[in-house]
Amino acid sequence: MEMSQYLEIFIEESKEHLQACNEKLLELEKSPENLSIVNDIFRSAHTLKGMSATMGYEDLANLTHQMENVLDAIRNGKNSVTPVLLDTVFASVDLLEEMVLSIADGGDGKKDVKHVVSRLKAIENGSDVPQPVDPSPQVSAENKLGSYDDFQKTVILQSKEQGFHAFELTVQLREGCLLKAVRAFMVFEILDQAGEIVKSVPSVDQLEEENFEYEFSVAILTQMSKEELESRILKVSEIEKVSALPIHLEQLAVQEETAAAFQQAAAASSELASAPEAVQKAKTSSKTIRVNIDRLDILMNLFEELVIDRGRLETISKDLKNAELQETVERMTRISGDLQSIILNMRMVPIETVFNRFPRMVRQLAKDLNKKIDLHISGAETELDRTVIDEIGDPLVHLIRNSMDHGIEAPEIRAGKGKSETGRVELKAYHSGNHVFIEVSDDGAGINREKVLWRAIERGIVTEQSSLEMTERQINELIFAPGFSTAEQISDISGRGVGLDVVKSAIEALGGSVTVDSEEGKGSLFSVQLPLTLSIISVLLVELEKEKYAIPISSVIETAVIRKEDIMNAHNQKVIDFRGKIVPLVFLKQIFDVPHAEAEDSEFLSMVVVKKGERLAGLVVDSFIGQLEVVLKPLGNYLNGVFAISGATILGDGEVALIVDCNALIK
Amino acid sequence: MQTNESIEKKIIIFRLGEEEFGIPVELVKSIEKVQSITRVPGTASYITGVLNLRGVITPVIDLRERFELGSYESTELTRMIVVSINDTEAGLIADSANDVIDIRTEQIEPSPEVAGIIKTDYISGVVKVDKRLIIMLDLEEVLHSAPSLASSGA
Repeated sequence: MEMSQYLEIFIEESKEHLQACNEKLLELEKSPENLSIVNDIFRSAHTLKGMSATMGYEDLANLTHQMENVLDAIRNGKNSVTPVLLDTVFASVDLLEEMVLSIADGGDGKKDVKHVVSRLKAIENGSDVPQPVDPSPQVSAENKLGSYDDFQKTVILQSKEQGFHAFELTVQLREGCLLKAVRAFMVFEILDQAGEIVKSVPSVDQLEEENFEYEFSVAILTQMSKEELESRILKVSEIEKVSALPIHLEQLAVQEETAAAFQQAAAASSELASAPEAVQKAKTSSKTIRVNIDRLDILMNLFEELVIDRGRLETISKDLKNAELQETVERMTRISGDLQSIILNMRMVPIETVFNRFPRMVRQLAKDLNKKIDLHISGAETELDRTVIDEIGDPLVHLIRNSMDHGIEAPEIRAGKGKSETGRVELKAYHSGNHVFIEVSDDGAGINREKVLWRAIERGIVTEQSSLEMTERQINELIFAPGFSTAEQISDISGRGVGLDVVKSAIEALGGSVTVDSEEGKGSLFSVQLPLTLSIISVLLVELEKEKYAIPISSVIETAVIRKEDIMNAHNQKVIDFRGKIVPLVFLKQIFDVPHAEAEDSEFLSMVVVKKGERLAGLVVDSFIGQLEVVLKPLGNYLNGVFAISGATILGDGEVALIVDCNALIK
Repeated sequence: MQTNESIEKKIIIFRLGEEEFGIPVELVKSIEKVQSITRVPGTASYITGVLNLRGVITPVIDLRERFELGSYESTELTRMIVVSINDTEAGLIADSANDVIDIRTEQIEPSPEVAGIIKTDYISGVVKVDKRLIIMLDLEEVLHSAPSLASSGA
C-alpha cells in the first residue's frame, strides 16, 4: 500500500494527539485522581499507536504501546499517578514528538526508545498498588430517594406547616413475587387515598414496566401516622416489609451542602489547572475539515472579483432603473455580503493553537530554571487570521522565556521579598476594535532601569547625554534595541542570544507593535498589538483632486475642517494648533505630486489627524469620501519601496486606490 | 520532421510608432485594452501606475516613455501586453498589438549596432520576416535596468 498520500494527515493528526497528551498530562499533574483525564490520554495514545503501526513506524508504535500499558494500569487502579510516572510519560511524549517531527522532515521516525520503554515497563510492573480513591461523596444509605428539587422541598415544607407528616416509605416485595407492577400499583392506590405522593424511586413509569427489583421508595405527605400507613400497606399481599421514615428537610439541606461544597472544591481545583478552556473546548468540538490555506486564498481572490463585478452591476442597475433588476442585484449584494463574512471567518483560527504549546514549555522551563512558576492563560478562544497565527508563535515564545528567565526571581529571593515562592506568568489575548492584543505579564522583578541604561550606554545604543532626557517608557523600550541583552550570560533559555529586537521586528513585520510596561519589584507587562487579519483593513477614503487614497483607520484619530488663516509657520513647517497641541501639517497633494487643475482657493481645508505612537500629524486632503473595509493588496515586486504608500486596494468600481503609509509621513 | 536546428517559436508582435517588436509568447499572459490606471506617486516617469487585473494589482509601464519616446496617446488600438517574468508581472503599453507569428530560432540575428528608435541595451536580437524587421525585446532589461525608483517624495 502506498502510504505517502496519508503521510501529511498522519503527521498532522499525530501532532494533535501529542498536543492533547501534553495538555491532559499537565491537567493530570494537578488532579492526579481524575481517571477521566487518564482515559483521554489513553485514547490519544491508543489512536497514535494504531496510526503509527499502520504507517509502519515501529518505534513510535512500540513506545506508544508501552505508554498505553502504563496508562491502562492507572485506569484499572493497579498503578497510581506519581511524579516519577508523570516525568516518564512526559519524556515518552517528548520522544514521540521528536519522532513525528523527524518523520515530518522526511526522516524514518526511528529512534532509540529502549531506555524510556524500560522505564515505563519498570513503572508498570514494579510499583506498589495504591488504594484507588473515589472522590464522589457517598450518599447516605438511609436516604434512598436522594435529594429533592426546589419545588418538592417547598411542597413538603408547606404541608408540614399545615400539619401533614412527610414520610419516606420503603416498600419491599416478597422475593419471587409474580405481579410486581400490580403490587406497586396497589400500594400507590392506598397511598393516593392516604395523602399526596411527592416522589418515587424508581419513577412510576418504571414501576409500571416492572423495571425494579423488589424494592421501591416513595415520599408521601399524609395526615396518617407512621404505623397506620405501614399497616395499611401491609394489607396488600406479597409485601415483605414496609418502613416509613419521617423526612427531615434540615438534615437533607446539610447533606446537600456538603455535596455541593465537595463539587465546588472539585471545580475549584480544576480551575487551578492551567488550561480550563481546554476542557471546554473538548465539549464544544464540532466536525471540521482541513483545507489548504492556499485554496482559501484562491477563494478569497475569486470572491474579490465577484465583489468588484457586483459593484458594477449595482451601478448598471441604478442607471437602468429596472425594478426587477434592482431587486435581483440587491439580493445578490446581500448574499455576497454574507458570503464575504463566511470566507473571512474561515480564515480565522483561535489563538489556542499557539497558546497550547506553552503550558508544557513553562513546566519544563521552570524545572530547568529551578523556579516555581504558574502559567495562567485566558482568552485562548480569541480568533486571528491564519497568516498571523503562523507567525506569532515564536515571538511569544521569546517573550514568555524572557519573563521566566529575567522576570520571575528564584523562590528564595521571592520569599525574601515577601512574595509567594511561586511566580505567576499570565498569557492573555483579547479583541479590541480591529486589533488583537496579546499580553505576557509576570509578577517578577520588573525592569531595572538603571541597569538597562547602563548597559545601553555601554553598548553604545544611547549616549550618556541623551539618556538623561529619556522617559521611563523610553528606557523600558531600550530592551528591544538590537544588540541589547541584560542577561549576565547568554543563557539557553531566553533565546540563544537572540534579543528582544527580533521579537519586535517579527511583530512589526505583521503590522503590529509591542510595548512594555514595568514596575520594579512588581513585574512587567509586554503588550503585543496585532491586526485582526493581514488582508482586510478598515480605511478612510479621501480625495485629492481626482485621485482617491485610503488612510488606514487604525492610525486615524479624527477628521477636522480647519481655516486656512489658522495655519502657522514654525521652522519652515506649517503647523496648526489642534486642541492645544501643535500638529504639523502634511499636504498630501504636494507629497504625492498630484496633478492639479485650477488652483481653487478655498477658505477651509480638510484634515485627517493621524498618529504614529505619541506623535500626531494632520494630513491635508481635498475631501473625505467615507469609511470602508477593503482588501489590502501588495503593490507587487516591481514597485516595492514606494514612499508613503504601503499597498493598494481595489474599490467597488474596479479602480485601484493606494493606501497611505502614515508612519512614513510622520518623522 | 524538423531538423534539430530549427525550433519553432511563437512570438507576439506589437508596434511602437512605425517599428515592430516581438516578445516570446510564453512570457505573455494576456493582451488587454487599456483600462483606467491609478497613478503611483514617487515612481519613475515611465511607470504609468497600477491597475486591477482580475484582482491582482499590476504595475503598468509605458513603453514609449521607457524608450524615451514621449508618453503614449490612448487610441482605439492601444493595447497593454501583460507579461510575466521571474515572478514579476507588468503591463506594457504599446501602440497596437495584433499579430502572432512563428519564427525559427535560427532566424534571430544578433542585435545590430543601431536599431532605430531604441537603445540597443533593450534588444536581444532582430528577426527578418518577409520584408518586416522585428525587434526582439530583452524583457528582463526592460523591466529591471531602470534607475532605482524615487524613494523620497517629500
